[in-house]
Amino acid sequence: MKTGAKILIEGLQREGVETLFGYPGGVVLPIYDELYNSSLRHILVRHEQAAAHAADGFARASGRVGVCLATSGPGACNLVTGIATAYMDSVPIVALTGQVPTNLLGNDAFQESDITGITMPITKHNYLVKRTEDLGHVVREAFFIARTGRPGPVLIDLPKDVSTKEIDFEYPESENVSLRGYQPTYRGHSRQIDRALELLIEAERPLLYIGGGVISSNAAEELLQFAESLMIPVTTTLMGLGAIPCDHPLNLGMLGMHGTRYANYAVTESDLLIAIGVRFDDRVTGKLDTFASQAKIIHVDIDPAEIGKNKRVDVPIVGDAKSVLKEMIARIQKKKDYEKWLARIRAWKEKYPMRYPKDGSLRPQFIIEELSALLKGEGIIVSEVGQNQMWTAQYFGFKKPRTWITSGGLGTMGYGFPAAMGAHFARPDEVVFDIAGDGSFQMNIQELGTVSHYRIPVKVAILNNRFLGMVRQWQELFYDRRYSYTELPPVDFVKVANAYGIDGMRVEDPSDVRAALSAAIETDGPFVLDFRIEREENVFPMVPAGAAINEMIGGHCE
Amino acid sequence: MKPHTLSVLVENKPGVLSRVTGLFSRRGFNIESLAVGVCEEPGMSRITIVCIGDDAQIEQVMKQLNKLIDVIKVSDLTENDRVERELALIKVNAEPGSSRAEIMQLASIFRAQIIDVGSRSVVLSVAGDTKKIDALEKLLRQYGVKELVRTGTIAILRGSKTVKSAK
Repeated sequence: MKTGAKILIEGLQREGVETLFGYPGGVVLPIYDELYNSSLRHILVRHEQAAAHAADGFARASGRVGVCLATSGPGACNLVTGIATAYMDSVPIVALTGQVPTNLLGNDAFQESDITGITMPITKHNYLVKRTEDLGHVVREAFFIARTGRPGPVLIDLPKDVSTKEIDFEYPESENVSLRGYQPTYRGHSRQIDRALELLIEAERPLLYIGGGVISSNAAEELLQFAESLMIPVTTTLMGLGAIPCDHPLNLGMLGMHGTRYANYAVTESDLLIAIGVRFDDRVTGKLDTFASQAKIIHVDIDPAEIGKNKRVDVPIVGDAKSVLKEMIARIQKKKDYEKWLARIRAWKEKYPMRYPKDGSLRPQFIIEELSALLKGEGIIVSEVGQNQMWTAQYFGFKKPRTWITSGGLGTMGYGFPAAMGAHFARPDEVVFDIAGDGSFQMNIQELGTVSHYRIPVKVAILNNRFLGMVRQWQELFYDRRYSYTELPPVDFVKVANAYGIDGMRVEDPSDVRAALSAAIETDGPFVLDFRIEREENVFPMVPAGAAINEMIGGHCE
Repeated sequence: MKPHTLSVLVENKPGVLSRVTGLFSRRGFNIESLAVGVCEEPGMSRITIVCIGDDAQIEQVMKQLNKLIDVIKVSDLTENDRVERELALIKVNAEPGSSRAEIMQLASIFRAQIIDVGSRSVVLSVAGDTKKIDALEKLLRQYGVKELVRTGTIAILRGSKTVKSAK
C-alpha cells in the first residue's frame, strides 16, 4: 500500500527529477513528510514565486523539466507569475500545488483557491486530481505534455486527502503516454520544405530570423550548418540569443525594438525571411505592415497557431526546428551567391556599430562588455527585466545556446535572481550571473535568504541607477521628462547582502569594474556587486512604439 | 465576417467547457451560440459553436482550440452541405378566443408543437434553423412573448460523410 504522496514522489523520480523548489504549508504536509525521507533535493525558497522562477531557470539551462511545489491558496497563487512567465516563453515546468481535501472543494475553505481555474489561461494543461488512483498517470502525462511539442508549464493540483489515501499501486515498467487530443507534429512537410528551398534560389536578399524555438529544440548546430552552407545572414530575437555565436560573420545580433541598426535594416530590405521558432511579437516587428514588407516569408514553428497569427506567410512549415533544419540541409540541391547582399550588410555593420558614450563615467554597457570579456562566452547569464536586460542582450557576446536566460514574453521583473538559482542546480559547474537593476532586484530580494542558506554561488551584478530605468527612459523620451514614480531611494545592497551572510562590493569607478567582477567570479559562494551607474543612461538604439523597425532613434552618438 | 459553425469533439471531462469558452473570451472571439452534449463515441462530447469572424480569425480560433489537450478534433462545417437545427420554447400570451386560434394556426404552419396550455398563455416548441425560429418569434411578438428559451445550434453533415471523416 502506498499513499498518494509516495506515488507522487516515486513519479517524480521516475521522470528523472533530482531537484525541486518549494515552500511548505498545511495541505502539502503529507508530501513534505514523504520528501523528508526521499533522495530528492528540495530547495526551500523564501517566496513561492521564486520556486516557479527557479524551476523555470533550471529548465532553460538544462533543457529538462523544472519542478516547483507550493501549498494551496496563497502558496499556489504566488506561483502564478512564475507559471505565466514560463508559459509565455514556452518553458517546460511542472508546478505541484496542494489543495484542500476533496470534501471541502468549492466550500471557500481555509487557504482554498481555484488554482486550476486561475491557471487555465497560463498553463499548457492542468489537472485537479480527485482520486489517488489517477495520480500515477497524471504525473506521467504532465511531464510528457510539459516537455513535448511546444513546451510549456503544466500544473497538478493535489487535494490533501488524495495525498494521504493509501492504495495498491505500482508504476508500470514502461507505459507510453498517448493522448488522442495531443499529437504534436515534429517532421516538416517535405513539399513545403522543397518550396522553401526553391524560394531561396529565387531570392537575392534572404535573412534567417531565429527565436527561442531554435534554443528549445536544441537546433543551434543545425542552424549554423544551414546558414553556413547557403551563406544566409542570421538575426535573432531576444530569446534566440546564443543560437549563433556573437562573433560569427553571418550574425547580425538582435532585431526589434532595441536591436542593432543593421539587423533592422536587413529585415526591412530582405526579400526572403526564413523565420524559425519565432512568433512575430510586437517588440520584434514594430509596425506590422512595414515589417519585412518586401519579403516573402517562410515560417517554421512547432505550434501551428503561431503560423499566420500576426503576419501572412508564404510557406508555412509546421514542425520541430531541429528536424526541419536537418531536412532542409539534406534537401539542398542548388546554391546561390548572395555576396552582394552580404556586402551590403557588412557595410551597414561598419557604418552603424553598437556604440555608447565613453566619457569616464560608469556606464552599464561597459560593465557588460567587461563581464563578456572575462567570461569569454562561458557561464550562464540571467537577467531581470528592463534596461539591465536590454544592455545585457546588446553587449554580452553570447556564444552558445542555453547560456542566456531571461523573461522575454511576459517581461517579469524579479525573474532573474530566482531563475539564476535554478540555473545553478541545472549546471552546477558554470558561473551564473544575474544582471539586475535596483528595481528588479528588490522584487525578489528575499531570495538572498535561499542563496545564503544553500551557499548557491549566484553572482548578482546590480546596475544601480536608483530609477526604474526603462520606464524612466520612456518618460524622458515620450512624457516630457515627467518622472512619475520612477525614482527609487538609494539602498546599500552590500549591507543587505552582508546581513544575509553574503559578500558584496560597491563599484563607482570604471577602472574598478574588472577587478570587482573577477572577485565575484573567484568567490566560492554567492556575491553581490552594486554598480552605481550613470543614472540617466538610455538603451539605444530604440524603435519608438508603433514605428517601423528601420525608424530607430539614438545609439549612434560619438 | 460571417457566421461559422464549428464542431468540436472533446474529451468528456470536468472543466472542458470552461477551457473552450475561456479561450474564446480571452482571445476576444465572440460566441453566437453554443450547444454541448454527449456524442456517438463513449467518453467524448461534441460542442457546436457558432461564431462570427473573418477567415483569419476563424482559422486562429480553430488552431487555438486544437491546442487544448482535451480537444480531439475541430471542424468548420460552414462550407459543407449540412443540416442545422435549434430548438426554441416560446411562452406566448394567448387569451382564450381569436388570438389563441391564430397562434395555433401559426404553430401548425411552422410545424411547432403546443406543449403546454395555460388559462392565459401557451408554450410552443419549435425546431429548425435559426432563421425559421427568428421568423416565428417575430410573428408571435404581436401577441406578447412572455418568455423565450433557445438552445444553441447543432449541425450534422448531409449524406454518409461524418465530421470525423471530413477534413
